Amino acid sequence: MFDVYETRKKYPILNGIKMEGHNLVYMDSGATALKPQCVIDKVVEYYSEYSTNTHRGDYPLAHRADEEYEKVRKIVKEFINCNDENEIVYTYGTTHSINVLAHGIKHMLKKGDVVLISEFEHASNVLPWFRLKDEIGIEIEYVKLDEKHHLTPELFKESMHDGVKLVCLAHISNVLGQCLDIKEIAKITHDYNAIIAVDGAQSVPHIKVDVKDLDIDFLSFSAHKFGGPTGIGVLYGKYDLLNKLEAYNLGGGMNTRIECNTCYFIKEAPFKFEAGTPAIEATIGMGKAIQFIMDIGMDNIHEHIKKIRKHAIDRLQNELPEVIIYNPENEGAPLAFNVKGYEGARCQDIGSALATYGIAVRTGEHCAKLLPNLIGTKGSVRASLYLYNTIEDMDCLVDALKDIVAKEKENKGDALSWLL
Amino acid sequence: MASLNDPMILRQIIMDHYDNPRHHQLIEDDSKYLSIRKDSDSCIDDITMQVNINNDIIEDIRFDGVACTIATSSTSILTDLVIGKTIDEAQEIIDNYKNMIFEKDYDEDLLEEAIAFQNVHRQANRIKCATIGWDALQQLIDKYREAK
Ligand SMILES: Cc1ncc(COP(=O)(O)O)c(C=O)c1O
Repeated sequence: MFDVYETRKKYPILNGIKMEGHNLVYMDSGATALKPQCVIDKVVEYYSEYSTNTHRGDYPLAHRADEEYEKVRKIVKEFINCNDENEIVYTYGTTHSINVLAHGIKHMLKKGDVVLISEFEHASNVLPWFRLKDEIGIEIEYVKLDEKHHLTPELFKESMHDGVKLVCLAHISNVLGQCLDIKEIAKITHDYNAIIAVDGAQSVPHIKVDVKDLDIDFLSFSAHKFGGPTGIGVLYGKYDLLNKLEAYNLGGGMNTRIECNTCYFIKEAPFKFEAGTPAIEATIGMGKAIQFIMDIGMDNIHEHIKKIRKHAIDRLQNELPEVIIYNPENEGAPLAFNVKGYEGARCQDIGSALATYGIAVRTGEHCAKLLPNLIGTKGSVRASLYLYNTIEDMDCLVDALKDIVAKEKENKGDALSWLL
Repeated sequence: MASLNDPMILRQIIMDHYDNPRHHQLIEDDSKYLSIRKDSDSCIDDITMQVNINNDIIEDIRFDGVACTIATSSTSILTDLVIGKTIDEAQEIIDNYKNMIFEKDYDEDLLEEAIAFQNVHRQANRIKCATIGWDALQQLIDKYREAK
């Protein structure tokens, strides 16, 4: 059984670090998750015991670095249940993965081909496709959503047509938190002979993502969002498709032969995408972070977060009519809300006020800059949760919001009091 | 000026400038104006400022856009402070304001209502809100000086 209080002991930042004199209540895991000690230790182990380059040295220490580094591909393979570890490309993170994909797939697309995305995508799943429009004249289309901004398989089907060659969607939106029925969406995509690329930045940390079961063609994610180091992520691709992508970065480690007459020969996937010295310690740390969350169990993580999220929503809905929640019915980890009167740009004042209670949230547009068209507010407060958050954290958030709203009513300095 | 020590008065100043920002409309015929748009990737603030400097005197200054409480009110207060002043006087005000924001010595008499932002450093992530309009004017003054 998963015990959140025992698990919290493994995160040094949750044991002793204060913010504004309070114990840290960290609710910004959608931006990046805190790191457990075992991941930190693994990174330090590389630096202190075998900090050599990979794929280079003919001596035992270098061999250890190689082994630890390549072992992570097998861990990732097991984690997302793909066919082969060579379907795993190490990248710097989701953003880099999507850019590698967009560049690599360019030669397979032509003018007029449609790339289908949604209005809730993160900037990193929007801009690489916008650039392809500028470069080769593809068209961007947006999926239809219902009045709650949800994408159902039926609406997805209505959005599909023969012109669509590529579908790029966030499995879980980083603001609204809807978890898409990717299995059904992938099936429909394939019925149209199109390719589906899933942005798993927010789903991979929270739910079991089985690329074979879901039958997705590409998947991008970042290790730092589940407690791994920054600067490392993954682009998964079904091998034949992956190997068709053109590599953007050329250099050491990805070629097999170079001749003076400017002929060169490059390796097969995944290595052709991994030119240069990689983030070795981060890669090894990612392996540890995956083992850590797999040991806890993805279902346990999801159930725990659902439970504490519901607790906060129930309390907010019963006790604080002044709070507007934009996504109460979604199961994803972000809780997007505003305090009435503080919508739009003023949501930042609520963020600053919550910080004075030790609560870390994010405010603004959350890199989903097309979203305001949908939810009708340019900014919102996002409390995003992870496996170490507790019912007490949620109470702390609700009580702080009540306090802020009450002070506002009495006109006693409200959300600006920290400044005065 | 003594009243400016009262947090409730400071709050009123900030909220008044947020709810009713001064010089808060851009002019359509901006041929005499220098203008700049400042937006931020990390937060919502996105303001455009126009300034008409004639013979080194700031004859008009305007701004508009979407911005948070602190960005809007600090920019509104700035426009009140510098309109009609010479660019050297405006520069002195900007320099003192920046000193205040970054916890150095400053002359509070020059800053008037702008001292409402003296504690922004308590949440350093909001410093950019309190300076976005001030940086905009600085850039416009620099542009004017270069063009001279
Ligand atoms: C849905 C989504 N996609 C992509 C990204 C980008 O991830 P990274 O910054 O790790 O590249 C994020 C991170 O905020 C995200 O939430």
